[in-house]
Amino acid sequence: MDFELSIEQQILRDSVRDFAEREIKPLAAELDRNEEFSYDTLQKMAEFGLFGMFVSEHYEGRAMDYLSYIIATEEIARVDGSHAATVAAENSLGIGPIYYFGDEEQKRKYLPPLCRGEALWGFGLTEANAGSDAGSGRTQAVLDGDEWVINGSKIFITNASTEVSAGVTVLCRTGTLDDGRPELSCILVETGTGGYQSKVMHDKMMWRASNTSELYFDDCRVPRSNLLGVRGQGFRQMMQTLDGGRLSIAAMGLGGAQGCFEMALAYAKQREQFGTPISQFQVNSFKLADMATEIECARLLLYKACWLRDNHKPFAKEAAMAKLNCSEVMYRCANHAVQLHGGYGLMKDYDVERFYRDQKLLEIGEGTSEIQRMVIARHIGAL
Amino acid sequence: MKILVTAKRVPDPESTIKVNSSGDGIEEAGIKWVVNPFDEIAIEEALRVKEAQGDAEVVVVSIGPSEAQEQLRTGLAMGADRAILVTGENLDTSAVAKILVKIVEKESPDIVITGKQAIDDDSNEVGQMTAQLLGWPQATFISELKIADDKSSAECTREVDGGMETISVPLPALITADLRLNEPRYASLPGIMKARKKPLEQIEAASLGVDTTPKIVIKSMAPPPAREAGRIVESVDELVTALQSEAKVL
Ligand SMILES: Cc1cc2nc3c(=O)[nH]c(=O)nc-3n(C[C@H](O)[C@H](O)[C@H](O)COP(=O)(O)OP(=O)(O)OC[C@H]3O[C@@H](n4cnc5c(N)ncnc54)[C@H](O)[C@@H]3O)c2cc1C
Repeated sequence: MDFELSIEQQILRDSVRDFAEREIKPLAAELDRNEEFSYDTLQKMAEFGLFGMFVSEHYEGRAMDYLSYIIATEEIARVDGSHAATVAAENSLGIGPIYYFGDEEQKRKYLPPLCRGEALWGFGLTEANAGSDAGSGRTQAVLDGDEWVINGSKIFITNASTEVSAGVTVLCRTGTLDDGRPELSCILVETGTGGYQSKVMHDKMMWRASNTSELYFDDCRVPRSNLLGVRGQGFRQMMQTLDGGRLSIAAMGLGGAQGCFEMALAYAKQREQFGTPISQFQVNSFKLADMATEIECARLLLYKACWLRDNHKPFAKEAAMAKLNCSEVMYRCANHAVQLHGGYGLMKDYDVERFYRDQKLLEIGEGTSEIQRMVIARHIGAL
Repeated sequence: MKILVTAKRVPDPESTIKVNSSGDGIEEAGIKWVVNPFDEIAIEEALRVKEAQGDAEVVVVSIGPSEAQEQLRTGLAMGADRAILVTGENLDTSAVAKILVKIVEKESPDIVITGKQAIDDDSNEVGQMTAQLLGWPQATFISELKIADDKSSAECTREVDGGMETISVPLPALITADLRLNEPRYASLPGIMKARKKPLEQIEAASLGVDTTPKIVIKSMAPPPAREAGRIVESVDELVTALQSEAKVL
């Protein structure tokens, strides 16, 4: 067994940390307060190379392994959840499905600008009445000659209504199977297509500097060739994409927990009450010890899941475990971090306040903790 | 134009340093290693010269353990063109300078840029010794570098006590970088990708035919004394008395 990162992965971690500290951290609180998606930091992240990380150079990707992508996401999340969300959603959910399932023409058309970070792409699975039960969506696509005609709506779609959002992958009902179940397929819809509208969703509690959208399809017509991969495989494609996506949500939990831990440790060593730093009280030092231990365990689990993926071994069970564990580890770390900050931890002047809010999404997005437990229970044969 | 620049492997300035059990070095377990921050500034300056000149080559050199490959890869990912690693153990500053001279003689660069010092032993010697051994002009502690249009000389602003001094040195010359020379770039992901294909040559110090017997021996190392806790006094009178009779500074 070898727990050492490669030289390239170590350089990557140092470099992304440096970038995040210099370019994102100083702006994060302000962007969160103003609920502002920053095109400036988006451009910097693009130039730095954070998009298309695991995509081959053929499509202008960075050709790195999945673990490298996860380390980069972790390091961004260590300073800010919103920016990590933009990066993770774009790589895993925006770029992922086109890269995995697109035909050569689609890949050549869409991937280069997405990998350059000039454009963003959404992943349209969730509907108002189809969240955890994602296969029950009502959005429909009917073939009319050489065009798909799409009707329906999607909700909570990340990166789909920015000024640079180029389109979205939409899960649609495209027919009915012999057994009466719906046939589900993914269709690519470009921004600007008639009948397609995206609208920014406001007033989120968390990820306030990330873009979340409602999508509307009203007799929206796209060419037949916009079908992604094989007809009827849409649900499987989306679930497979989420297996990888869960690793990036886990990375956000791990990085966020690490950020909470570091802020809590620094604060507890410097804040004095009863004439001594509060870290000297056993109850507090034990909280910090627990945080460090949980983070170490979470990192091992997540990196192992990435190792499985990078070595082409089944990883869906471990991805669900890592997503579940890392998001819950951050839950506890954010809670301890605010507790250790006392009243100041409740004020926006301190980043732990934002981390505490940003954490909550991780137990809900890309499959709630309950759904992760169901996935794991199925894998171990308990369900 | 060719620029040779150094990258020493040193402990991260943010890591906690402990003296080892034999008391003659530091405890290396668990330490994170980085490029010496002044060398990072040197690399950045070399890259800026290259970008301004267009046709320049930047060669980054590290002298030390084979693990220093990581620091060289960092330099390559920042944008240097190729790397040379001279491996050797127990090398003091004079040995490092002599080795660097051999590399300079082999590479014939127009400029050598080193950090003004390494943040581990703070010797502040290698640049000066190397220039002396080469018989080259040197500009130390520089905060600004301008290469003349005809590339025959460099104008260097030096940070000296209480002000700035601007000097001109004919090329080839050796320059040591001070803190305010620039803010180093981070290695971007495209840079990290490109670094994969860049050459890294490994040379053993012993093969260079220089006497690397240390001129100095570290006899002992000790952490700085722990600071004693302060004391709150009740009055100015008590303070003055304490300063006179206890601290004996008045
Ligand atoms: C900021 C943000 C960004 C998002 N980005 C995207 C995106 O880019 N693309 C996309 O498609 N979606 C996205 N989502 C949607 C997200 O994936 C869903 O919110 C999530 O899957 C949960 O669905 P829901 O909100 O409808 O909750 P529901 O499914 O209604 O769940 C409500 C509660 O019931 C529980 N529950 C449901 N079913 C079961 C069951 N069988 N057993 C036990 N408990 C159950 C859930 O665990 C949860 O606690 C995003 C959401 C947010 C908030």
